[in-house]
Amino acid sequence: MSDFPNYETVIGLEVHVQLSTASKAYASDSTDFGASPNTLVSPITLGHPGTLPKANTAVVESAVQLGLACGCTIREHNLYARKNYFYADLPKGYQITQDTTPICTGGGVNIRLSDGTERTIRLTRIHMEEDTGKSLHDLDPFHTLIDLNRAGVPLLEIVSEADFRSGEEAYQYLSEIRKLVRYLDISDGNMEEGSLRCDVNISVRPVGQERFGTKVEVKNMNSFRNVQKAIDFETERQITAIRNGHTIAQETRMFDAAKGATILMRTKEDAHDYRYFIEPDLPPVVVTQAAVARIQADLPELPQARWERYQKELQLSDYDASLLTENRATADFYESLVGSGCTPKSAANWVMGPVRSWLNERALRVEDFPLTVTALAALISLVEAETVSYSAAQQRLFPALMEQPHAAPADLAQALGIVQQKDAGALEVHVDAVLADWPDKVAEYRTGKKGLIGLFMGEVMKRSGGSADPKTTTALLRSKLD
Amino acid sequence: MGFSPLMDYRAVSAGKTTCAALVEEALTRAGQAADLNMFIELFSESARAQAAAVDARLAAGDSLPLAGMVVALKDNFCYRGHRVSAGSKMLETFESLFSATAVERLEAAGAVFLGRTNCDEFAMGSSNETSYYGPVRNPLDPSKVPGGSSGGSAAAVAAGLCHVALGSDTGGSIRQPAAFTGIVGMKPTYGRISRHGLIAYASSFDQIGPFAHTLEDAAAVLEIMSGADAFDATVSSRPVVSSPPIAPIGPQRYAYFQATLDHPGLDPHIRASLENLFEQLRSAGHTVDAVDFPYLDQLVPLYYVLTTAEASANLARYDGVRFGHRSEQEVDDLDGLLKASRSEGFGLEVQRRILLGTFVLSSGYYDAYYGKAQKGRRLLRDHAESLLASYDALLSPTSPHTAFPIGRENSDPTVMYLEDLYTVHANLTGLPALSLPGGLHPNGLPWGLHITTGRFEEPALFAHAALLQNTLSAH
Repeated sequence: MSDFPNYETVIGLEVHVQLSTASKAYASDSTDFGASPNTLVSPITLGHPGTLPKANTAVVESAVQLGLACGCTIREHNLYARKNYFYADLPKGYQITQDTTPICTGGGVNIRLSDGTERTIRLTRIHMEEDTGKSLHDLDPFHTLIDLNRAGVPLLEIVSEADFRSGEEAYQYLSEIRKLVRYLDISDGNMEEGSLRCDVNISVRPVGQERFGTKVEVKNMNSFRNVQKAIDFETERQITAIRNGHTIAQETRMFDAAKGATILMRTKEDAHDYRYFIEPDLPPVVVTQAAVARIQADLPELPQARWERYQKELQLSDYDASLLTENRATADFYESLVGSGCTPKSAANWVMGPVRSWLNERALRVEDFPLTVTALAALISLVEAETVSYSAAQQRLFPALMEQPHAAPADLAQALGIVQQKDAGALEVHVDAVLADWPDKVAEYRTGKKGLIGLFMGEVMKRSGGSADPKTTTALLRSKLD
Repeated sequence: MGFSPLMDYRAVSAGKTTCAALVEEALTRAGQAADLNMFIELFSESARAQAAAVDARLAAGDSLPLAGMVVALKDNFCYRGHRVSAGSKMLETFESLFSATAVERLEAAGAVFLGRTNCDEFAMGSSNETSYYGPVRNPLDPSKVPGGSSGGSAAAVAAGLCHVALGSDTGGSIRQPAAFTGIVGMKPTYGRISRHGLIAYASSFDQIGPFAHTLEDAAAVLEIMSGADAFDATVSSRPVVSSPPIAPIGPQRYAYFQATLDHPGLDPHIRASLENLFEQLRSAGHTVDAVDFPYLDQLVPLYYVLTTAEASANLARYDGVRFGHRSEQEVDDLDGLLKASRSEGFGLEVQRRILLGTFVLSSGYYDAYYGKAQKGRRLLRDHAESLLASYDALLSPTSPHTAFPIGRENSDPTVMYLEDLYTVHANLTGLPALSLPGGLHPNGLPWGLHITTGRFEEPALFAHAALLQNTLSAH
């Protein structure tokens, strides 16, 4: 924080990733987001007497995938634990989680800051747990409404070391986590819908001091930006308090997005004693080395590896490589274009240019792009072969192809009359006509105004309906004029 | 006194009577014995419908292994469309949406459910006096308790109202009442029978088991209820074998803990009867060895630390928010609602155990209590395992004494907790155990002989029970 050069902010993040498994962590209820309230609730989810949990193995699989992607150590013998507290949206009165034996320990996440600095944020642990229901306090003036559809939906909690020193680092870390879980296809990573959630532990200390300051926990941020804002606000609040001679209390605060400020939620005295103990209803889950090896072998190429490969092998710029690897579907789409024979650079330009604009205008994802890779590759190869100019392809051929996705791009180019005319004989007719139309300009050119060649070129283009091959035309004009 | 068992259920398959007739007889008897307070509810309507269905299936040529068996369910078994309250005001009007796996399997085998039996609240008690529905009276002597927590189930079998009753056993809740009412009560190995649909008290201790007049009937229902179940992750997938009560041939090796016989709380007549039994066994060529057991005084504390810890979490779901008792008191907030509902819905013994369990898990005390008790439990398991590597079975009394008067022991909970002295060992170690009628005490009440075998050695348990039954009756 440049505003407070004598202080350092120390931040650790606890990120909850809601897994996109088909069923809940310990029951067979569906996990669909947006279903009518309290419709995805079996007796198990409701905590009815006599019900028992049954671990969903897909959760373990997802946890191992994420752990391997982050270079964590995977635990073989995994115990579940109960975390006890009372709340209206916690049906059993405890949450099934992991306490002393998290499935993943160690590892880290690499981030890059806007100034190009690279850092590794170390992870403490990743563990498996279940979500609570939702308490809706603002829909009814007199009651809190409870929706238990979310109760029991599987979560992974990713706990980092206190390695962050700024809000921007936290922002980049969250982006990396989101990118990773989407690459692994284990979560949609959507912070606004709550499938990615983040609590911040933050303290400040004078630069050079080794001991950590008193840590404050901040909750309730619903976007990456708000995480950054909450950190910035809290940094300033804590440093100002210390400078004014106050001490920082260990407490939990809530971020109020409207005010851009954090407000006190509960003090340390009100903190829960969760009384963790081993969940007796679930036997330990054993993750064998063979299972780890199989999951490792099945991991997709991760964003960072792709980003490096695109620069090294495909000679793309850092910027292009970053944009293309932002999500797995885009990178896959790009690579299939290259695989279909497009040059890496032109494929990159098309994906990040016309394709991206077309999708953005319609708020669609690349998975929803209606054109086959073959059709788009055929279009791009027309440009690469200089059969169609880039501008004609982008402005006329591409929109036409999107209208008739099953047409052959070459036929469409013919029909649109934008196939570049390279036949000197045919072009000569246009050239002669233009020169005949503009005798004054021809005279001026010959006195030295060489720039007028652009005018003649434009006129030839007009006459040819945009199909004149620029190189051939220029050569013809020069031979007639010079 | 003077109760005769119902006609053998096998008479139904043999065509000598009908299931409907047996159920009518059972309902009549239950109505006549209402003053013993054994049933919270009789399932008259569904029992008659079930009986008609069983008779119809038999008439159609189906063969059902338990056709005609009349079974009572402890009031902590879920039975679809029926109330289940765990003997508590908290669940007075709660109706289950599903059936316990054990219940479903018995039903599929042709058993008929007579009703739900009174029990200690949430199975917490050793005398059936903590029930919201009042104490059950021992049919052998109505001034005495039937034992607990499955007191109603034991009493219903002893009184001849049903062939078999299901109980749950967390620390002796099947075996002790079986001893007090003079019948067979059996707790299988932890993980032998699915707990799905059993209202939990302490998850790593609770097991379902049968009460019956005969070893044969107990073994028959055990076999039907046992085995893997997708709804319970802790149940074993080991193949189910039958456990015919046929005495093994040749000399057997029995052990008993000297400390159990030396315990000052043990009734002298029961001690003498046991010593007499041991002598008979020895003279028949069997080995009966006294072995050291330094942990006897630790068993009950270990049991109460661990079970109350689990119970404090298992009972957290009863908060009046989604189901069960909700307080009508004016409250300010959610905490107020939870406190009022739980204070009104739970009886004193349940509240005491929830508080105890909350305490032993709380930060600062966890290591001294829960953590230490976990280590003690492991030690006990290892000890029992090595002991049962050298012996076929472990023998002891089921209870230090015979059934005691209603109201005698409920002033001091720690006196009541010692009721479990001989039975909690099998729950702490997860081993299968059975209480067999040992004979009549001079006070006219039965005492129970307790037999424990190795993990999943239910067949051996029934075989030794048969041998010991023969020895006892030869006396």
